Amino acid sequence: MGVGLVVLRDEPDTDCDVRLGYPFVPDLTPLCCDLRRTLRVIRTTGNDAGEDGDYDDVSSTTDIADQRAAGRARIAARTLRTDRWWLPPLLNLVGLGAWVIYATVRAFMQAWYFVPEYNYLTPFYSPCVSYGCVEQAAHFGRFVPDVPWLPFALVSLPFLLLFRLTCYYYRKAYYRAFWGSPPACAVAEPHGKYTGETRFPLILQNLHRYFFYIAAIISIINTYDAIRAFVKADGSFGLGLGNIILVANVVLLWAYTVSCHSCRSIVGGRLNHFSRHPLRYKAWTFVTRLNGKHMQLAWTTLASLAITDAYIMCVSAGWIPDLRIVG
Amino acid sequence: MSHWHHFRVWRGDADGGELVDYPVEVNEGEVVLDIIHRLQQTEAGDLAVRWNCKAGKCGSCSAEINGRPRLMCMTRMSTFADDEVVTVTPLRTFPVIRDLVTDVEYNYVKAREVPAFAPPAGVAPGEYRMQQVDVERSQEFRKCIECYLCQNTCHAVRDHEENKAAFSGPRYLMRIAELDMHPLDAADRRDLAQEEHGLGYCNITKCCTEVCPEHIKITDNAIIPLKERVVDRKYDPVVWLGNKLFRR
Repeated sequence: MGVGLVVLRDEPDTDCDVRLGYPFVPDLTPLCCDLRRTLRVIRTTGNDAGEDGDYDDVSSTTDIADQRAAGRARIAARTLRTDRWWLPPLLNLVGLGAWVIYATVRAFMQAWYFVPEYNYLTPFYSPCVSYGCVEQAAHFGRFVPDVPWLPFALVSLPFLLLFRLTCYYYRKAYYRAFWGSPPACAVAEPHGKYTGETRFPLILQNLHRYFFYIAAIISIINTYDAIRAFVKADGSFGLGLGNIILVANVVLLWAYTVSCHSCRSIVGGRLNHFSRHPLRYKAWTFVTRLNGKHMQLAWTTLASLAITDAYIMCVSAGWIPDLRIVG
Repeated sequence: MSHWHHFRVWRGDADGGELVDYPVEVNEGEVVLDIIHRLQQTEAGDLAVRWNCKAGKCGSCSAEINGRPRLMCMTRMSTFADDEVVTVTPLRTFPVIRDLVTDVEYNYVKAREVPAFAPPAGVAPGEYRMQQVDVERSQEFRKCIECYLCQNTCHAVRDHEENKAAFSGPRYLMRIAELDMHPLDAADRRDLAQEEHGLGYCNITKCCTEVCPEHIKITDNAIIPLKERVVDRKYDPVVWLGNKLFRR
């Protein structure tokens, strides 16, 4: 007969319990939560708690008391999965976290965003609308105060952030990685209460479509930047590695934007009679194919944005020369 | 060719239970359900298990194998290492009756709450006419074998028993999506999906899709399109304006 530990709580758990279960990450349970809870540790044996008490974590949210009330099988282990279920959310945590840090640093750096000789403008500063922008980079005028805490691309960055924040793929990624809701399939989440996207603030995820419309406009601006970069400062045609990177980035951005689930619904998904709308059906079929790659495009565009920005930063700072093919 | 394998099977009922160890002989080509049947024939004659077709089409033998919701008849023993312990437990989300058998009544209740197909006025049974292109989206959802693995793995009810009243789960949101996309269904199910069946509880983490033995893309093809249809109705001013301007 084995021995299991069962943790019963006197009051409902709260969202301050943030143990996600990563093996190498320390328990982040805030001290305040410890003070608020009265924990009763009951040592049980055999049939009462289940023989699986030797698994690593016995504190599932639907704890033994809940299981008993619901008539469920009393299995104390948080999960019986034996695979490395914690690896994908951990990779997402690291990948998304690293990108957010890089993008934040670059957005507020306010330097090395433009190569005047070749008209290369990084997408992190497009459209450049601050009074701090150099004149050649400000294709759409300058009207935002030049202060250190306002990014030069103030009219685009917040919306691009919101477009990705409300994206159906990223929602899956960060709900799992950052909030553990759930950390992986059939692994108990650490929160005592769950209302999903039924109320404020998460009900605002339904605004994804607005941000899709704005992201499509910003993609047009990025396309304009990529085309304009073929004209050098002296007005002649030029082609360099920077142009290839800018064009590849724009193509990927369009693919990601068009593959969006909202786009799929708008172009045809909302119809019930495809046969009456053959063109929209074709468009829906095309977007559906792209939509199947939405996750891959989400990650590829994060990489392409970072690569494009880093390349232009390096050329602009004079750390590397642009590899020229023509002119 | 056969070898011996270490099985752990949850034995018990609503009053309590435990994982019981069984050494058991495994032959080439067998699946987990074969091993459970061998246990019934040898060491555990009173082991309760629900099964029927042994072909992945009836949805009866759902269980959790090494913590993963799966059909026992579709889980090959060759996918485990010879020295790997195989743990079989009942579905966690539903009340247990005995051993590996659970009470899936919750799903039948939710099924009854979905209003049936509603043809347009004046169209009688036998007069339904529709084109293949208009119904093929819904046909993917008709592959469902009602194994309830998606219902079992959805954390909205698996980890939160209290949400069962408000949330119908992926299987029945998929049913609503199927009817809402149907070219001859005259009912508007968008408000119903959000207000009565808890569409907002789904946070798109796709576990239902991951465990579906029929490989139905429940989240991408049913739940997200349904959420978008709700957005059409409730949140999108462009669609609203388009409907006002161009409605015939």
